[in-house]
Amino acid sequence: MHSDIAGETRAEPGFVGRFLARIHLPLDDPFAVVGLIIYAIFIAMAIFADQLATHDPLEILFTSDYQLAADRRPGQDGFILGTTSLGRDIYSQLIYGSRSALLIGITAAFMVAVIGTVVGLLAGYFRGWIDIVLMRAADIAFGIPFLPFVIVLSAFLEPSIWNVVFAMAMILWRDTGRVIRSQVLTLRTRAYIDAARVAGSSDLKIVFRHIAPNILPLSFLYGTIAIGWAILTEAAISFLGFGDPETISWGYMLQDAYASQALSTGGYYWFVPPGICIVLVVVAGFFISRGYEEILFPKLKE
Amino acid sequence: MMHRPQNDEATTQTPMIAIDNVRKHFTVGNPLMAAMRGSPTVVKAVDGVKFSLKKGESVGLLGESGCGKTTMGRLLLKLEEATEGRILFDGDDLAECRGEDLKRYRTQAQMIFQNPFDALNPRFTIAQSLAEPLNNIGMAKAEQANAIQKAMELVHLPNPEQFLDRFPHQMSGGQLQRVVMARALILEPSFVVADEPVSMLDVSVRAGILNLFREVRENLGLTAIYISHDLALVRYVCERTIVMYLGCIVEDGPTEDIVREPMHPYTKALVAAVPVPHPDQSHETLPIKAGAPDARNPPSGCRLRDRCPHAFARCATEEPKATSVGNRKVHCHLFDQ
Repeated sequence: MHSDIAGETRAEPGFVGRFLARIHLPLDDPFAVVGLIIYAIFIAMAIFADQLATHDPLEILFTSDYQLAADRRPGQDGFILGTTSLGRDIYSQLIYGSRSALLIGITAAFMVAVIGTVVGLLAGYFRGWIDIVLMRAADIAFGIPFLPFVIVLSAFLEPSIWNVVFAMAMILWRDTGRVIRSQVLTLRTRAYIDAARVAGSSDLKIVFRHIAPNILPLSFLYGTIAIGWAILTEAAISFLGFGDPETISWGYMLQDAYASQALSTGGYYWFVPPGICIVLVVVAGFFISRGYEEILFPKLKE
Repeated sequence: MMHRPQNDEATTQTPMIAIDNVRKHFTVGNPLMAAMRGSPTVVKAVDGVKFSLKKGESVGLLGESGCGKTTMGRLLLKLEEATEGRILFDGDDLAECRGEDLKRYRTQAQMIFQNPFDALNPRFTIAQSLAEPLNNIGMAKAEQANAIQKAMELVHLPNPEQFLDRFPHQMSGGQLQRVVMARALILEPSFVVADEPVSMLDVSVRAGILNLFREVRENLGLTAIYISHDLALVRYVCERTIVMYLGCIVEDGPTEDIVREPMHPYTKALVAAVPVPHPDQSHETLPIKAGAPDARNPPSGCRLRDRCPHAFARCATEEPKATSVGNRKVHCHLFDQ
């Protein structure tokens, strides 16, 4: 999956370059740069998980004298971060956890940004009944409490990391859609939109050539926030026991540690690293969105 | 073909543009809240306007802010739809103009915008902005450069090549307004609406733009509407003037006659309000009371009656109709008895 994405990047550098120019990566803000670096590290970790991991994350390991390698301390018997009480390698779990975290984060963010942007553009530009229908749908989405909704959904459907993505796509477009709609409402009153219409441009052309480029950084901002949300939600769902036991995620690791009473046995090496990873990825998302804030609303700095 | 309604008025020449009793009403605020408060929610921006333009005629649309002159311009370019009434362009009803017909109309009717700093997309280069209308009519890329070059020469931008790759923020207001004009003229339209094209510009470059507008209009034989609140500018550019007040026409006639001898009390006030460039010149007080009424709730009968020094009983009950006085039309009860 990830190697596919990397392959595309190499195949069409022109498109990627244009896309990067459009979304205006916030490179002058030091915090945002830190956030981008953290993302880059985790993405690299996810792509090269097979090379980085020392063990199969779900394999129950034994020592050379055929003893169960359970509850090994970091460094003991060559386990970098020790093992779980079932004898699984924590370091390898951590590495593979980045895969599901990024998979969920990026797909959920993509869904939220795309759905929200399209809803906002349509509602804001066309107004009328399209606006009414879409915004009442957003009102309904605002009325649904997010975490209970995901829990109910996970309970009804088969346990899978895609439940979180599905739930976010169904609910969290509401914020993005609202904000982008309001931005479109101010943009459509600009004279150059009227000028484009007088010049004979169609509605579709006006929306995509004149309005969408101006709101793309905004949708990307909401996308970065959604990455953090998705990872947090997946962690919470896994921690509550509604996660997929076949897929290693940081939330699953926390749940595993909690269920095995790692805290009372002093197994900090077990639950602290995934906790730190979750915090890092979420914080990185907010750092990047902070950088976008300064691009979008330069007056906030003062 | 477009739907072609029967023209009732037997005129020798079909007018280029005929505006027949056009109304544009905007709903403002929340109707429910307004009903509870008992205040009206409809602004009658244009309320029963009727005039026509012959081919090649240039008309100044004059009035204070909020009198509906800009809305009238937007109606003519189909940026707004009329609530009531008809606008005929070359005999074709604009309300019926859709699809391919609308595409064709977009090549014939153009607008010069008030604020050149806002009328060009800040993300587009000048060349991209100028190419947009050409792309919309499907002109080949090779011919576009030629058309752009021609339009830039038409608006007297020296060495057009140096501007083409610039962005709007890299140019001055006067240059930008010339680009806006070039873009309006690039499809060789027959009708142009100019909405206060110099009001956002420095005084120093205004004359240049006004002269250019006059020159282009005469050379290309354009039918033009020049929207302004400034009588002096309208006098400089247009031979005919229509004065509007609160969505209605109050006076319509040759500009020179209106300036020299205004008939309607409102026009009199407008002419008297033009400052005289002499510091010692004593200034008479305006023959009108200050303060325009709320546009949501204009007075009954004649809209000017609560400000007019000549108002009498009939003004409150009856809306004045157009009365021909010489070569002019005046909407005032002083002239129709």
